[in-house]
Amino acid sequence: MMQHLIVLPVVLPLVVGLILLRTRHGAMRTHRTVGVAATALLVVVAMVMLARAAGGEVTYYALGGWQPPFGIVLVLDRLSALMIMVTSVLALGCVIFACAGDDERGSNFHGLFQLQLVGINGAFLTGDLFNLFVFFEVLLLASYALLIHGGGKSRIQSAVHYVVLNLVGSSLFLISVGVLYGATGTLNMADMAVRLAELPAEHRGLVTAGGLMLLVVFGLKAAILPLYFWLPRAYAAAPAPVAALFAIMTKVGIYAILRVYSLIFGEQAGVLEALERPWVWWLSLATMVIAGIGVLAARDLRLMVAYLVVISVGTLLAGIGMGSPEAVSALLFYLVHSTLITGALFLLAEMIGLQRGKAGTRLVKGRPLRDGRLLAGLFFVGAIAVAGLPPLSGAIGKALLLDAAAPWQQPWLWPILLGTGLVTLVALSRAGSTLFWRSHDGEAGGEALLRSRWLGVGWLLAASPLLVALAGPVSDYTRATADQLADPNGLVRAVLSDVGESP
Amino acid sequence: MESLYAITTGVLTACGLYLTLRGRTFPVVVGLTLLSYAVNLFLFSMGGLTTGGAAIIDGQSHFADPLPQALVLTAIVIGFAMTAFVVILAMRARSELGNDHVDGRKREEPHR
Repeated sequence: MMQHLIVLPVVLPLVVGLILLRTRHGAMRTHRTVGVAATALLVVVAMVMLARAAGGEVTYYALGGWQPPFGIVLVLDRLSALMIMVTSVLALGCVIFACAGDDERGSNFHGLFQLQLVGINGAFLTGDLFNLFVFFEVLLLASYALLIHGGGKSRIQSAVHYVVLNLVGSSLFLISVGVLYGATGTLNMADMAVRLAELPAEHRGLVTAGGLMLLVVFGLKAAILPLYFWLPRAYAAAPAPVAALFAIMTKVGIYAILRVYSLIFGEQAGVLEALERPWVWWLSLATMVIAGIGVLAARDLRLMVAYLVVISVGTLLAGIGMGSPEAVSALLFYLVHSTLITGALFLLAEMIGLQRGKAGTRLVKGRPLRDGRLLAGLFFVGAIAVAGLPPLSGAIGKALLLDAAAPWQQPWLWPILLGTGLVTLVALSRAGSTLFWRSHDGEAGGEALLRSRWLGVGWLLAASPLLVALAGPVSDYTRATADQLADPNGLVRAVLSDVGESP
Repeated sequence: MESLYAITTGVLTACGLYLTLRGRTFPVVVGLTLLSYAVNLFLFSMGGLTTGGAAIIDGQSHFADPLPQALVLTAIVIGFAMTAFVVILAMRARSELGNDHVDGRKREEPHR
C-alpha cells in the first residue's frame, strides 16, 4: 500500500470522478456525500504524503513498472507534497460550499470537480515534461466545463476567451516540448537536467528558445502581466466554488516555473542557468503594479478578488525572480496563505451577493444584509489577511519576502509590494463599507445561508490564524523545501539511481 | 525533404495564427485546428526525420525514433477532444450571445 501512496492523489479522484459521472442521474445527496468524502480522504492522503516527504527523501513511482528515464514517473518531494496538501485543503472547502446548492445549477458538478483534482494533483506530481502537458490538458478540460457550469451569458463569453487562449497555450507547450526533446533526446525532467550539463554548444540556442517558450506557457497559466487579461473576467464569471478552486490553478503555473527552472535549468546547466530569472523578476513587478490598479478600479467584489489573485501571482513570481533559497522559502509560505485566503474571499463574495439580492456583488448601495454582522466579521478577517496586515498570515509571508530581497532588489520590491498592500487595503475597506454600511433603510432580506456555506468559508479562513500559530514549523518546512529545490542533484540521483549508465 | 517539411509546418502555423487572431469564432476554430495540425507535424519531426528506417528496432542501426510517434498520437487525441469542445462552445456562444463575435458583440455597437 505504502509504495502506491504517490499515485493515490491521481487515482483516487479519477476513480471517484468516473463513478460520479457514470451515475450522473443518481440522487444529489449521494453525489454530495461521495464528493465530500473523497476530497476529505484526499486531505488525509496529502497529510501522509507530507509526513513522508518532510524527511527530505525523494521517492518516485514508475507507472507501469517502466523505469526512468524511459517510463513516466511521478516524483514526490517536499514541494509536490506541499502543493497537494494546499490543493486538497482548498478543494475540501470548495466542495463543502458547493453542497449548498451551487452543484445543482448544472450537471455533473461533483464528477467534474474530481477530474479537475486529477489534473491538478497530476501536474504537481509528474516528473516528465510531456506528462505535465497531459495533466495540464486534463485540468484545463475539466476547468472549461466547470467554468460554464450553470450557463449564462457572461460565463459563456469569458469561457470562449479562456478556452481559445489555453488552446494556443497548449500548442506552444507542445512546440517547446518538441524543441527540448529534439535538443536533449529525453522528456524525463531529471534526465534532461543531466543531459543539459553536457549539451553541445550548437544546441544551446534551441534549448534557450524551448526554455523561454515554456515560460510563456507557464506564464499564461500563472497570469503574468502581458498574459493575465483572461483571468479577471473568467474568475469573476465562474461559479463561486469553481472560482475558489481556480485560486490554485494560477499556482499550478507558478509551481511549473519553479519546478522546471530549478531542476532542468539549475546550476548544472552552465550558461543556461536560471535563464527565466530576469524576465520573471521584471514582469512580476509590473504585474503587481497593474493588478493594484485593477483592484482599485474594480466595481464588483468578485472582480476585485480576481485582481487580488493577480496581485498574489505577481508577489509569488517576484520570489522566483529573486531566486535565492530564502526568497523561494518565503514565496512558498505566501503561496499557502494566498491560495487559501483568495479562495475563501471568492466564497465569501458569493454569500454576500446572495443576501444582497439584485445588487449582487456590485459595489453599489443595496439592501441591508440578513447576516450582516457575521459576514462583515468574516470579510474583515479575510481582508486583513489578504492585505498583509498583522496579526494574520499575510503579514508573515510578506515580511519573509521583504526580508529575502537582496540589496539591489530592495528599492524595487519594497515600495511595490508595500504599495500593493496599501492599495488592497484601501480598495477592500471601501468595498466593505459600501457593502455593509451604505445600505437602504428597510427590511433585511435575502435567502438564509445554509450551514455548509459557513462551514466552507470558515474552513478556508481558519487557515490564516492557523498559519500564524504554526508559522514556525511551516516556515521550517518551506525553508527545507527551498533548500531541496536549490540542490536538484538529490532529486536527479533519486530518480535515476536504478539506471546506472544512461545510454 | 527537410526544407519541404519545414516550409509546410511554417505555412500551417502562420495560417493558423492569422485565423486565430480573427474576430469571429468560426475562423478562430479553424485557426486552432490548423495550429494543432502544425504542432502535430512539428512534434512528429522532433526526433529528426528518417527515411527508409525501421519502425521497430530490430538490431539495425538505422531506425526511426519511436517516441515522437507515440507523443503525436497523444497530441492528436487531445487536440481532437479540444476541437470538439471549442466547436460546441462556439455554438453555445452564438446562441446565447446572439452573434458569433469572439468578444460577444458586433463592432458597430457602441461600447457600453
